[in-house]
This record gives sequence, C-alpha cells and structure tokens, in this order.
Amino acid sequence: MDALLLARLQFAANISFHILFPTISIGMGWLLLFFRLRWLKTRGGADRVAAQGWLDAYRFWTKVFALTFALGVVSGITMSFQFGTNWPGFMEKVGNIAGPLLGYEVLTAFFLEAGFLGVMLFGHGRVSEKVHLIATFCVAFGTTLSAFWILALNSWMQTPVGHEIVDGIYHVKSWAEVIFNPSFPYRFAHMLLASGLTCAFLLAGLSAWQLLRGVAQRSAPRVLRVGLTLAALLIPVQIFVGDLHGLNTLQHQPAKIAAMEGVWDTERGAPLLLFAIPDQETRSNRFALEVPKLASLILTHELDGEIKGLNEFRDRHPPPLPLFFAFRAMVGVGLLMLATSWLGAWLYRRAAWRAERLPRALLWVLAGMTFSGWVATLAGWYVTEIGRQPFIVYGLIRTADVVSAVPSGMIGATLALYVTLYLALIVAYVSVLKYMAEKPEEILHVDAVERAATPVGAATSPVLPAGSASWT
Amino acid sequence: MDMMGFDAMLPVIFMGLMGVSMLVYVVSDGYDLGVGMLMHRASDAEKDVLVASIGPFWDANETWLVLGVGILLIAFPKAHGVVLGELYLPVALMLIGLTLRGVAFDFRVKAKDTHKQTWDRLFFAGSTLAAVAQGWMLGRYVSGFGVGWNYPLFAAAIAVALPMAYVLMGAAWLIMKTEGALQERAVQWARTAWTPMVGGLVLISMATPWVSATVRERWFALPELIALSAIPLMCGVSLLAVRGLLGTRGVRGPLCWLPFVLLVIVFVLGFLGLAYSIYPYVVLDQLTIWQAASSPQALKVILIGTCISVPAIAGYTVFSYWVFRGKTGELKYA
Repeated sequence: MDALLLARLQFAANISFHILFPTISIGMGWLLLFFRLRWLKTRGGADRVAAQGWLDAYRFWTKVFALTFALGVVSGITMSFQFGTNWPGFMEKVGNIAGPLLGYEVLTAFFLEAGFLGVMLFGHGRVSEKVHLIATFCVAFGTTLSAFWILALNSWMQTPVGHEIVDGIYHVKSWAEVIFNPSFPYRFAHMLLASGLTCAFLLAGLSAWQLLRGVAQRSAPRVLRVGLTLAALLIPVQIFVGDLHGLNTLQHQPAKIAAMEGVWDTERGAPLLLFAIPDQETRSNRFALEVPKLASLILTHELDGEIKGLNEFRDRHPPPLPLFFAFRAMVGVGLLMLATSWLGAWLYRRAAWRAERLPRALLWVLAGMTFSGWVATLAGWYVTEIGRQPFIVYGLIRTADVVSAVPSGMIGATLALYVTLYLALIVAYVSVLKYMAEKPEEILHVDAVERAATPVGAATSPVLPAGSASWT
Repeated sequence: MDMMGFDAMLPVIFMGLMGVSMLVYVVSDGYDLGVGMLMHRASDAEKDVLVASIGPFWDANETWLVLGVGILLIAFPKAHGVVLGELYLPVALMLIGLTLRGVAFDFRVKAKDTHKQTWDRLFFAGSTLAAVAQGWMLGRYVSGFGVGWNYPLFAAAIAVALPMAYVLMGAAWLIMKTEGALQERAVQWARTAWTPMVGGLVLISMATPWVSATVRERWFALPELIALSAIPLMCGVSLLAVRGLLGTRGVRGPLCWLPFVLLVIVFVLGFLGLAYSIYPYVVLDQLTIWQAASSPQALKVILIGTCISVPAIAGYTVFSYWVFRGKTGELKYA
C-alpha cells in the first residue's frame, strides 16, 4: 500500500478511537453537574431514597467519566503528535491558522479540564461543596470549549474563508471569519447534540442493563428516566440541525452531497436512493432502490430542485461508496433513536415512572443500544471527513501534497501496533463498564481506594452520609 | 537579522515557552512515571497508595507534553516535521507507553480483582516504555540526530539514565507523600536509584561535548567556562545533599520534602545547561528558531492567549497541589 493511504488509515484509526471518548465526556460533564445539583436539592428532604439515588448516580457516573476522560486524554496526546508525523506539509502551509486554534484549545480548554479533574474526582472532603461544584463546572465547560476550538479548525478545513495566500503560505485576514466560518455553527451544534444523544443512550442503556440484572435499585430508575427524556428531547432537534447542516453542505460542498446521495449526473427531481452500490469504475449505481424526487425535496425543499452530480467534479470528488453507506448508517441509527426514545419515554411515563412496570423487551432494546451514539457519531464523521477528500483543506490543498515522507513500512508497522492497542482498549472499556454496572457495590471499594488520597485524620467526606455503607 | 525588533524576539519567547513546558512536563510526569516504575517493587496494599499519591495530578502533568509539542507544532512547524520525522518510531512507542500507563491507572481500580494484576503490570510496563523512549528521544535530539556509531550509543545511555532519574524523582515524591514503612522503602528505592542516575548524568555531561562540536565550543571557551561551571557544581552539591539526606532522621520527618525539591533544582539546572548548549537552534546545527518559526502575526495571536491563560493554568495547578497537600493516607474503607 502507498504511504498516503497508510498515513490516512493511521490518522483515521487514531481519530476514530479518540472521538469515541470526548463524545461521551462532553455531555457527561454536564450530566454529572445535573446529578450533583439534584442530590444537593433533595438531600435535606423527606425522600431519602431519592437523595441517595441521585448521589449513587453521581458517584457511579463519575467513575465512568474518569475512565472515559483518561482514554480521551491519552488518545488526544497521540493526536497532537500525529498532525506533525503524518501531515507535516499541513502545518507548514496553514500553520498560521491551525496553530493558534489548536494552541487555544490546549491553553484554554485542555488545561482547564485536566487541572480541575483532580479536584472533581478526589476533592470530596478537601474542598467545600461550592468549590467542588465550580470544579465540576470547569471540567464540563472545558470539554465543551475544547470541542469549540477543534470544530472551528475542522470546519475551516471544510469551508475555508478569512485567509489570504502569500507564496503558498496561508495567513489570517479575519479571525472572526476563520472561526465562525460558514459550516462551523452547524457542525458545532450537530456535534454537541451528538454528544448529548450518545450520553443519553449510554445512561439509558446501562441503567436498563442494571434493571434487568436487578442491581442499583435506587439510581437506575432515575438515570433511565434522565436518559430517555434527554434522548426524546434531543433527537428531533438533532434531526432538524442535521437537515440544516446538509443544506449548508449542499451550498458549500456539493460534491460531498452528490457522493452521499449517489448522484452521478446533475439532475432535477433526483430520487432518494434507499439502497444502491455506487460503482466508481462504471460511474453508476448498481442494485438501486429509489423513491422518486425525494432527494431533491429533502435537499432543495422543491420536488424538481437541481442536484449537481459527481461527474461535474471529476478528480475533485470523494469516493462515493463509503459516504453513501456511512450516511445511511448515521440516518438509520438516528431514526432508530427517535423511535426508541419516544416509545420508551411514553411507556415509562404511562408506567408512572416505575421501572418494574416496564416491559423487559424495552429494557433489552435499550441495553442493546447502549453504544448506538458511537455508531452514529463515527458514521457522521466518516461522511464529513472522507467527504472532504481528495482535499485536506477543501478545494485548496490536496491531502497527497502534505503527506509525510516517512517510509510506508514504518507507518504500516506502527499502524498495526496502534490498531491492536485500540481494539484491546475498546474491548476493555466496554467490558469494564458492563462489570461496573453489574457490580455497583464495588464502587464503595473503589471509593475507599481513591480516598486514600485523603490525609490521615482529615474530616470524613460529606459525600458519604451515615448509612450509605448499605449501597445498592 | 534585526535582533532588536519585537518580531525577531517572538521565536525566542516561544522557544522559552516551549522549553518551560517541556521542563514542567519532565519534572511533573517524571515523578509519576517514576512512581509507575516502582509499582512492581510494592506490595498490593502499597500499590494502592502509590497510585493514590499521583491520582489527582497525572492528567494535568501529561497536558504539559501536549503544550510543549503543541508549541513546537504551532510556532516552529518546520522543526516539528524534522524532529518528529526523525523520531517517528520512538514517538510511537512513547505514545503507546503513555496510553497503557494512563488507561491502566484508571482501569485497575474499576476492573475485576482478577484483572487488577494485569493492569498493574501494564501500568509498570507503560511507564517504563514511555520513560525509555523519552530518554532515547532526548539523546537523539541533543546530538542533532547525528549519524555514526557513537550517536546511538549516546542515545542508548540516556535511554537508561532518564528512567533512573524518573525513578529517583518518584522515590523522592513518595518520601514526601507517604509515611511509616512505605516511606522507609521509598528511601531505600531512592538509594538504589541514586548511583545509576548520578553515573548517567556524569557520563552524559562528558559525552555531550564529545558528540557535538557546537556544544564543545560553547562550554569549553574562556571566560564562559568559569561562569558556566556554576551549573555542574550546583548540580553536584544538590545531588550529594540528596544522598546525604537519605541517611538522616529529618528526611523521615519534617524535611521529607527536601530531596524532591533538590531534585527539581537538578532538573532545572540540567535544563538551563541544555538550553545554553542548543540555543539558538531548534534542531542542533540544522535549523535556527528564526528559520523554523511561523509568521509573526500568528505568533502574536498565540502570545496574547498564552499571556492570559498560562498564569491561570499556573494558578489552578497550584490550587490543585494545595488541595491535595500533605501525606497520602493509608487505605480507609468508608
């Protein structure tokens, strides 16, 4: 294989592995803040079970957050190296734009998260409740800010504006235009919602699994309700924002849309392909199953709207096959999310929010969809990133022109190492989450280990009120 | 080149920032990688305390590496390509090591008890791999990626010496953060690591001028040599003081912080010596900081952000260390 493809595969492996974890931690930071606030509000009240439930939820999901965050940090460090090792020409050409954006991400966001994480995870009993809440807020805010800078850069690479080119080197003319480039607001909103949905299904899925196993009786019903409600609220918004994002892409990157929809020749009243195999050799679709005029209706909001075909962008369009299927995977999971969350929320509400009255089939479906957010998010990113090819900065710089000169054997060898490690870590992550969900009483033990960071003779943690030893 | 202009000063400022980030990284992740490398010598109960002693800090410590490499990437993109191209394989190994260390740290307390031992081993292996790879990279970088039989030998020597320095830092950290039997063992670990660390440092100080003519001319010219001799002298005094302290009662009591602080001084002095050897090159004898720098406009934009955020980062880093000051306690089941 040639060095370009290997460098792309290696970068793709790394960034795919990395994005799994921020997708969870961005939303989870805010959910932890929510759990914490719920506990503070209920703890003095009459309903001790409710208060304990929120506290249990906070403590359990803090552990999930810590693990997720660690995986995000270590894979993020690898990312910071691979910009240079895989695409040295990228930074040489657009370093004046990408550099400050990445720099601000590290300076404002990365340090904020990492700096306050210690206080958030281990600070109970060492700082006041107020300081702890501020630390939790800083971590949640940091993860979101991080997404802001990274998506500003990614969106600029998709829809570059606000720069000028002097002797092949890119210089900034307007930072406001660079940061708030045409696709940024849509991509940022789409990604934050994706994070919220991924978290919602993770909450619902693991809680459903706990209910099926009959553990975590106090927290699981509450967390399930939070997860289902959040999912039911966010998914329509996500579908709406996704549609806007698609229209924005049609305006700025029509070749990407043509590849997603498998449109070869420019046509009016283009059909929506439910299934097909786009074939780049013959430049046509095989086994096409289509709904007449629907693609034009969705994309232009007119039955006879014109959609530009791939043949208008010879040598300047992405490979249609992966885009076509990744887009359908994303939309398919999205529709499944819509159906499950609305049905689930309706059934749960009808059962007066009493988990034991829920049909077990629903719990099984939710448990099966625990990581559905990952599938949709990855598929969506494949659409947008492969869809930018063959350019690294859309329309301006080709990926092949900035690739590193490292011998392909070396890239191949390290790629094999990375992929092995990542697959092993994903298996470990999912199985540890399952184990933690099934044995929440182990959390007490974990707390004891982590509280070893408490000084000898320090005040006992306010997190554990009397009687909490009987957890579960 | 107009040395007086602010634009020409920008690369110098960023070289300084990058150097300080790397220094803070080596000192802070140095002690927690060192603690990781001591894992296999600790009993099961001690392992929990070892991990707890670095728990609140390691995430933020590692972030300094991202900042250091980030500045290299952002401010000196040409050098970033050269350096990381040369160090492709050791960088990959270091990243794998850091990944294993980071995840093992979090997995070990959440996994089944039967899997805990595996994560502990990976924690040790990851810490060691990262430290050895960093030593090798430092050796290659300091000698300007020279070609010849002596250069890899030099890098290999540092690949052994740097982990030893980290182990000594880790032991000194544990002397500061623990007490009783574990603290006594940490003193023994420090004793064991002291000799190879000092031996390595002496060897490297002698070998660096030997592998690099640039460094030789810098150091062995009069009258600079007289002024510069303060660096090795202070290093020597600090290291001897650490060795002497290990035998005293004070280090087991109120002076428990002193070996760690003395070792930080040694690292800072070593850093200053290194900076003097290399400046104004970002890749020795190949690229100066001005040849490798980004445009002044871009550097100014980052500088503004740096001036605002670095004091804030320093502030909450100090806050975090203050919150978790004092001894790491024994295991207490709530």
